[in-house]
Amino acid sequence: MITAHDLGFRYPSGSWIFKDYSFHLKRGEALAILGPNGRGKTTLLRCLLGTASPERGSLALGGSRGYVPQHAPVSFLSYSVLDMVLMGRIRHMGFFASPGKKDFSKAREALEKLNILDFENRPFFELSGGERQLVLIARALASECSLLLLDEPTSALDFRNEKMLLGTMKRMKEEGLTLVFTTHAPHQAIHVADKALLMFSPEEYLWGPVEEALSDIHLQRLYGTDIRKIHVRDHGLNLRTIIPIYC
Amino acid sequence: MSLFNRKTSPAFWAALGILAIGTAVISLGIGRFPISPVKTGGILLSLGIPLSPFWEPREEAIVTLIRLPRILGAFGAGAGLSVAGAALQGIFRNPLVGPQIIGVSTGAGFGGALGIMIAGSTLSVIFSAFLFGLLAMLLVWGICHKGGKGSLLALILAGVVVSAFFTSLTSLLKYVADPYDKLPAIVMWLMGSFATVTYEKLALGLPAIVFPACLLYAVRFRINVLSLGEEEAESLGIHPLRTRWFILACVTLIASATVALAGIVGWVGLVIPHMARAFVGADHRHLLPASALLGGIYLLGIDNLARAGTAVEIPLGVITALIGAPFFALLLRSKQKKGGFE
Repeated sequence: MITAHDLGFRYPSGSWIFKDYSFHLKRGEALAILGPNGRGKTTLLRCLLGTASPERGSLALGGSRGYVPQHAPVSFLSYSVLDMVLMGRIRHMGFFASPGKKDFSKAREALEKLNILDFENRPFFELSGGERQLVLIARALASECSLLLLDEPTSALDFRNEKMLLGTMKRMKEEGLTLVFTTHAPHQAIHVADKALLMFSPEEYLWGPVEEALSDIHLQRLYGTDIRKIHVRDHGLNLRTIIPIYC
Repeated sequence: MSLFNRKTSPAFWAALGILAIGTAVISLGIGRFPISPVKTGGILLSLGIPLSPFWEPREEAIVTLIRLPRILGAFGAGAGLSVAGAALQGIFRNPLVGPQIIGVSTGAGFGGALGIMIAGSTLSVIFSAFLFGLLAMLLVWGICHKGGKGSLLALILAGVVVSAFFTSLTSLLKYVADPYDKLPAIVMWLMGSFATVTYEKLALGLPAIVFPACLLYAVRFRINVLSLGEEEAESLGIHPLRTRWFILACVTLIASATVALAGIVGWVGLVIPHMARAFVGADHRHLLPASALLGGIYLLGIDNLARAGTAVEIPLGVITALIGAPFFALLLRSKQKKGGFE
């Protein structure tokens, strides 16, 4: 699905954001990209999306891509949820075309899939953060993508919405969609992802199965602080998570 | 904000259509020589279907030869400017943008003034207005379109710069113009009026409004996507710059054609889209046609006021600004109360 070989990106006359990154991902797998603030997670995602072009290396992608931005777009114009999801269909439409029957049915199908068909006539900008994320995922699904790229999908969400969104992502994955997402929360990565890519520095990275990649040593190196993988067996729980050690 | 969930029903469009035709029929009768709407309606119908005249020949002459071209011009210009304004506000994601902001109107205004100054014939004024409208647009492009990238802010600033440049050129023209002959002509023309619209002018100007307006309507859904922002549009798989310049080219054509027809008519393209949005919401699939009809009706009404409101004809641009500015001030205030335009 994705094969990246010696991928490198830098802005004109700038230093490398990342250099010689290689990784691959199979259909139906999920990749979590982790790294401290400003390391270039979003840039890497934009390279995969095709809105930034890598300066070196090769990138092979099978299937079409859908994108869920970190922040929902802001506009003084108020669109309905259905209007927003319909916009995902634009890539299938000619320059002078407007959405037709098929576009409407695909848009509704996508909303249905995420169980939010009853939102269709609500104004998008009046939804809560979690609901907006769901609508943006529906928009990506309406574009009939096989690879879904999400930029910090849970960064603005409360616990309930975060859990709901992660559940949705897992379900999408089980239905055969390939996922790539950036996150600041390693515990979300072990919950959803199969593979993890840790961006230590522009030249150094680690890519591998999520269980191996997200070890205490790697995480401590990545964030430069004490952070540990914990197995909680308490109050009837059997939960693996990752927490920073505050003291 | 807007009456969001109101589905735009066929009844709404029928009402708007009837209002537009009704305004046109009534406008044909208004003037120094009043004619009843029944007669003007009859005269209009007789253009298409055979009808035994129940009006005087001179009434027919006034309606078809004098008033009809002016009314077609006013309606077309109002509709064109409003569609252009709605499209611009969409792609710039900015409610304060109108066709004047990108510098085209002032460029075309200078061109027209130059035409009056040098030759004075109708044709030269139209062509010169057109030419300089396009030139203004190319200048804006040249300033902000560097290396395939162009931010919206740069575009708007370039518009301000080009506008200022052509405004001073126009001032220079006025300064050196013959104060007894050319200067009044230039000043009157710049203030905007449909008094001089003839069928010959319409034949040149109207297609240059209608055709690009239809093209804008054709890309209505793309305007929706662009109104979410450039990055969003790009991530959804469209080429934002190409689409944006296509839309700007259409707007340029419309703006210079209106300037060529009637001088500078401000505020219409800024105000009408907001009115239309209150009825049909933000979706450009409905907003563009609603803006066209409302804009046509509005400018027709204003033109009636200009030519029949007082004994002397008032310049059109003066009235549109006198109505538009307070309307816009009210709009700003009401939006501020609800937390601004964000």
